[in-house]
Amino acid sequence: MLSGRVWKFGDDINTDLMLPGPLLTASEEDQRRAVFSANRPGWVDQVRPGDLIIGGRNFGTGSSRPAARSLRNLGLGGLIAESINGLFFRNAVSFGFLALECCGIHDAFEEGQTAEISIAHWTVRNRDTGAVLAISPVPERLLSLMTSGGIFPVLEAEGLIAPKAG
Amino acid sequence: MGMTIIEKILARASGATTIGPGDLAVVDVDLCVLIDLSFSPSSWREVLKLHDPDKVVVVFDHDVPASNRDTAAMHMRGREFVRRFGISRFHDVGPDQGISHVVVAENAYCLPGTVMACSDSHTCSAGALNCAARGLGAPDLLFALTTGKTWFRVGETVRYDFDGRLAEGVSTKDLFLHIAGTYGDHANQNVEFGGPALAHLSMDARRTLTTMGAELSAEFATFEPDGVLIDYVKARNPAPFEPQYPDSDAIYAARRGIDLSKLSPMVALPDRVIRNTVPVDEAAGEPIQQAFIGSCANGTLDDLAEAARVLTGRRVAPGVRLLVTPGSQRIFAAAAKAGYVQTLLEAGAVVTPATCGACYGGHMGVLGPGETCITASTRNFSGRMGDPTARIYMASPATVAASAVAGHIAHAGKI
Repeated sequence: MLSGRVWKFGDDINTDLMLPGPLLTASEEDQRRAVFSANRPGWVDQVRPGDLIIGGRNFGTGSSRPAARSLRNLGLGGLIAESINGLFFRNAVSFGFLALECCGIHDAFEEGQTAEISIAHWTVRNRDTGAVLAISPVPERLLSLMTSGGIFPVLEAEGLIAPKAG
Repeated sequence: MGMTIIEKILARASGATTIGPGDLAVVDVDLCVLIDLSFSPSSWREVLKLHDPDKVVVVFDHDVPASNRDTAAMHMRGREFVRRFGISRFHDVGPDQGISHVVVAENAYCLPGTVMACSDSHTCSAGALNCAARGLGAPDLLFALTTGKTWFRVGETVRYDFDGRLAEGVSTKDLFLHIAGTYGDHANQNVEFGGPALAHLSMDARRTLTTMGAELSAEFATFEPDGVLIDYVKARNPAPFEPQYPDSDAIYAARRGIDLSKLSPMVALPDRVIRNTVPVDEAAGEPIQQAFIGSCANGTLDDLAEAARVLTGRRVAPGVRLLVTPGSQRIFAAAAKAGYVQTLLEAGAVVTPATCGACYGGHMGVLGPGETCITASTRNFSGRMGDPTARIYMASPATVAASAVAGHIAHAGKI
């Protein structure tokens, strides 16, 4: 069971809002500080470890940039959206950030309420209202990457890439 | 059970007899394309073992020639990788320079019926060549480079059947804007294009549409093969290939017919394209400071020809910057030979070397606070091309060229 305070975002939240173009080659720390700086300035200072994002349709539309890594680096517990762009989802798997789809999630929560996620039962519960919704199951192999640090540790362990420099 | 084009390609690449929505396909990757940003310090990890150097293409495209010292160092890291692993297909700054998706198409590096991976979202562009091509993240691409494999969640497919012919001044960019405005996003779905109109759609026109598949959030965007495609590939790559056609009993989530002759020029309003497009006349009159034609979607020879057609005998309005960035140096040279570049220059356009450039707000055309731009490129997100307060409208090359002449958003048939 994973629980956290929720922050709500709408439909079509794009990668450029999470990781602005001028920071594509910047450090992970600078990238983390810039999340949603255009549409929600100051938000990164309000987020607490374990908080969750609730999104609308088509969350993460846009580019291949590692936007999911910035969300992970903010200490967020995960994301639940009505639907998630396939490339953003891949990056969530690859960088080890929990990203789940759930029909009806956007209307089931008000900002600041608490969500309880059960992967064992593929459900999410609104602790404040008691409402329970079904989460679309993620294939076991992808879930295991998502919850154990992503792809890099696997490739390092197999001697295919070098450990991170510095 | 019948399969769609993408299901057939993924079935073959994963060694399965059939595959369908909900399956997780682990596939052999036929081609990995690395771009300059792949070697960015925040993305790159040193590769110790490469699966197969002959299945790798490296194309520097986002920031070429290097605009700053960080990029220069990134390019050096990429050149070192190319040397170390003996990559023969390498497009550095020079006559073979271009945007990766354009270079991949004009050399037919990706063959019909195969699987291609690249860490840029517009990789779906190669769907015009009947490929299962899509953007991966940087770690995904390293996985494919080192193991030869990747995974795909198989989604449902939406089939678009095109009939009729586009009217003069209307392009597949307008067709894309029509689809995005009418049907919205296609997250977790594939799109498949076919129908009798294909005979009248050039490979350039098809690539514009498949490239924009990323903006529909489609998993894959793929064209049905035909004689135009097969001739195009054979003229560029001697390798044998097996195009994939949909089964007659393929199962689609939806099947939608579009009569191309009924389409008119469209424009996307700022910040998003999904359900945010209108006929050009509804946005006409909006003053602009910059007009851009370029990117993997709209830097084709067809696009430059169309811009030149609109600009012949006309001048860019005072106070407007018209920037034109060909998709590759090869296109640049062909456009010069055809006289398009001369026409653009005489009209007052600035023609830049081939690069992703202004499309992603990287260099050569970054927008300032509060400016308004109309662009024939890939994205109109807030902040995409520079300052987050800049407003970005998106349209076809004809509409962008006409707007540059008028000084405000304008219909090419009405200036």
